Amino acid sequence: MFNNKFNVDEKRILITGASSGIGRETAIVLSNLGASLIICGRDENRLKEVQTNLINKEKHILFVGDLTDDAILNNLLSITDGLDGVVLSAGIVKTLPIKFLNKDEIQNIMSTNFEAPILLCQKLLKNKKINKGGSIVFLSSISGVLKAEMGNGVYAASKGALNAICKVIALEVASQKIRANSLCPGMVFSPLTQNGLKSISAGQLAKHQSLYPLGYGTPEDVAYCISYLLSDASKWMTGASIILDGGFSIN
Amino acid sequence: MILDDFIKKFALQYDDMPNFFNADTNFREVDGWSSLVALSLIAMVDEDYHVELTADDLGVCTTVKDIYNIVLKKVSIA
Repeated sequence: MFNNKFNVDEKRILITGASSGIGRETAIVLSNLGASLIICGRDENRLKEVQTNLINKEKHILFVGDLTDDAILNNLLSITDGLDGVVLSAGIVKTLPIKFLNKDEIQNIMSTNFEAPILLCQKLLKNKKINKGGSIVFLSSISGVLKAEMGNGVYAASKGALNAICKVIALEVASQKIRANSLCPGMVFSPLTQNGLKSISAGQLAKHQSLYPLGYGTPEDVAYCISYLLSDASKWMTGASIILDGGFSIN
Repeated sequence: MILDDFIKKFALQYDDMPNFFNADTNFREVDGWSSLVALSLIAMVDEDYHVELTADDLGVCTTVKDIYNIVLKKVSIA
């Protein structure tokens, strides 16, 4: 019988940033594909709303808390074991021209977008919470990897940093047959980008979208690529940065 | 909130300070107006007045005073 390696139905997956946007949609897609999930987010009500949209509710665990807090990170670690996959999708954005940067803004974005996922990853690996053959997926961005946008300096820096460290992690975990890849989406409509778009007019937005041969993406478009990276179908892929941008970067 | 201060702070967002810039100036017609100046204006309002000015707000404004009035209104209800 054909062994469908695209399956993720026996897998246990931890998702950060699961209460909204790409993380939320990834949780919904993976639950429909049969995976067992630990969904993490800061907002309990939003996380519960996501839970109502999951299939096989009894298979999943909700974890509410801010992962930039060490104590909360340790709590998460204590309820976590035997992971086959980790999706690090928690992230924030703030549009700020370089001239208006300050320490707090830099620290705020770097802490959520870079430090928190790396420290979670560090603790999961050190405590052997990820199974052999497991897959780590970092949500990076084309911003800071391939492209630059005015006002997005620290966000781009945080995503570029994630993309860089992902490759080092990939090397360090390869001996355990664990894989680490980063996914670099272009513009995806989500609460995160909606917030960033407040500083862009409708005219500028339409012009920007016209640069995407396939139009802007949806969280679901990204979720299916994540599912592939979590599945054994991608078992030879590690240290890769996957560009998922509807053709924006080739245009 | 003082109109003269706001006008000065607004003018500083252009790469080259406009020669002529007052409450009645149509800010889009000033040389050097760009999307980055718009982003900088939004960031200045956030930093100095602690309210959120959006692209939609800018869209309904023509003069410097129009923007000042929106910021003033937001400051008063903040």
